Amino acid sequence: MSKHINLTLKVWRQKNQKEKGHFETISAPDISTEMSFLEMLDVVNEKLTLAGKEPIAFDHDCREGICGMCGAVVNGRPHGALKGTTLCQLHMRHFNDGDTIAIEPFRAMAFKIIKDLTVDRSAFDKIIQAGGYISVNAGGAQDANALPVPQDKAELAMDAAQCIGCGACVAACPNAAAMLFVSAKVSQFALLPQGRPEAARRAIAMVREMDRQGFGNCTNEAECEAECPKQISITNIARLNREFFKASFGSAVK
Amino acid sequence: MNWLANTLTSSIGKKLLMALTGICFCTFLSVHLAGNLTLLSGSTMFNSYAAHLHSLGVLLKVAEWGMLLLAAIHILTGLTLFYQNWRARPQSYELKKRAGGRTLGSATMPYTGILLLAFVIMHLLNFHFVDKSQTTIYAIVAAAFAKPIYVVLYVAAMIVAAIHVSHGFWSAFQTIGANHPKYMPLIKIISLAFALAVGFGFGILPIYISMGA
Ligand code: FES
Repeated sequence: MSKHINLTLKVWRQKNQKEKGHFETISAPDISTEMSFLEMLDVVNEKLTLAGKEPIAFDHDCREGICGMCGAVVNGRPHGALKGTTLCQLHMRHFNDGDTIAIEPFRAMAFKIIKDLTVDRSAFDKIIQAGGYISVNAGGAQDANALPVPQDKAELAMDAAQCIGCGACVAACPNAAAMLFVSAKVSQFALLPQGRPEAARRAIAMVREMDRQGFGNCTNEAECEAECPKQISITNIARLNREFFKASFGSAVK
Repeated sequence: MNWLANTLTSSIGKKLLMALTGICFCTFLSVHLAGNLTLLSGSTMFNSYAAHLHSLGVLLKVAEWGMLLLAAIHILTGLTLFYQNWRARPQSYELKKRAGGRTLGSATMPYTGILLLAFVIMHLLNFHFVDKSQTTIYAIVAAAFAKPIYVVLYVAAMIVAAIHVSHGFWSAFQTIGANHPKYMPLIKIISLAFALAVGFGFGILPIYISMGA
């Protein structure tokens, strides 16, 4: 049964990277509780546009929780307070009539604000380019069981591979560290035989790039794991540390 | 040796330094606590513990300089991390709520650390850099804790220390990569138990002495 609620938004407005931002209060009346959070913003933007005002800029793409493009800090929580969901999968039924909702962009030195709620997360792409891949020679498909992978390892690798690179871990981290992201990307390969040949080079290259991009240092606050929409575990961070030490102290990679 | 510098100055390398030196300090705290608990058996016992300790001679000197080196690494690396992490988010959130990961210990690590540094300096001035030729160490301790201000300061410092190690202990294991589904729950329990042991174990001594003296 659809219900309609009236909301007040306090939205971060910022013209560009240079300009100082500020909160703007915008009313959002008559919002269907069946809408997603982003659909609610669409409705608000339509009104703003018709009134000749600047619509709120926000990131989005798939709107089904798989691409990692959306994200904002809603009432102090990246992707909102609902566990295990991206902002596009957060529905308005989780809000009440008369609520005031504060919406801020993800904040980190490595994530520059482009406009309003949109942030530049290309620092993540740089980290992936540094080593978040495996090199394979193309050719005929291998037999399915040519490389034996134990089921539990496959599961762990899949859990890590769930990371959609949205940046909520960085946004949630009191230190703006990117360790959960990097640990998921390293783990998904480190756990599988296909990832082992380049494991040492990958761990070192990705950690160095992470540092170069200006992310903070992990202090094991575990806020990332609590906010991750894919519920990636910090056991991956311990694995990244192990991979990094093995690579640094045990391999010939410099 | 360039590789070693690159490794240790990386974000994970710095954390490794914090973890390893931190674990050394936890070991030191255990030994120190065991020694100090002899205070509960009176002055003779405590003085003889001190005499035995000092009979180690040059070994004790090596341990002291070693501790100083570890402290320098822990403090300098910690301050670097503190500064870098502060810089990693130039504009803070207007509104930020915790999601349940942070604890009292984890949220206050740099601050409790700095307080502990101040405490350690005071502690060394009280009991280490003093003329011990005319008196016994027990007499010095008893004289110090006859003043209520020292009892309050020392008990407060031990609460701070307990908060610091409550996060530091398990965090050190996570950092060196020792997060295992079978052992991590135990490590977290030991972390809490160790924090309580440090807080209560050291904390009761000034109170005990001030009452008994
Ligand atoms: S828009 Fe793709 S995950 Fe939200």
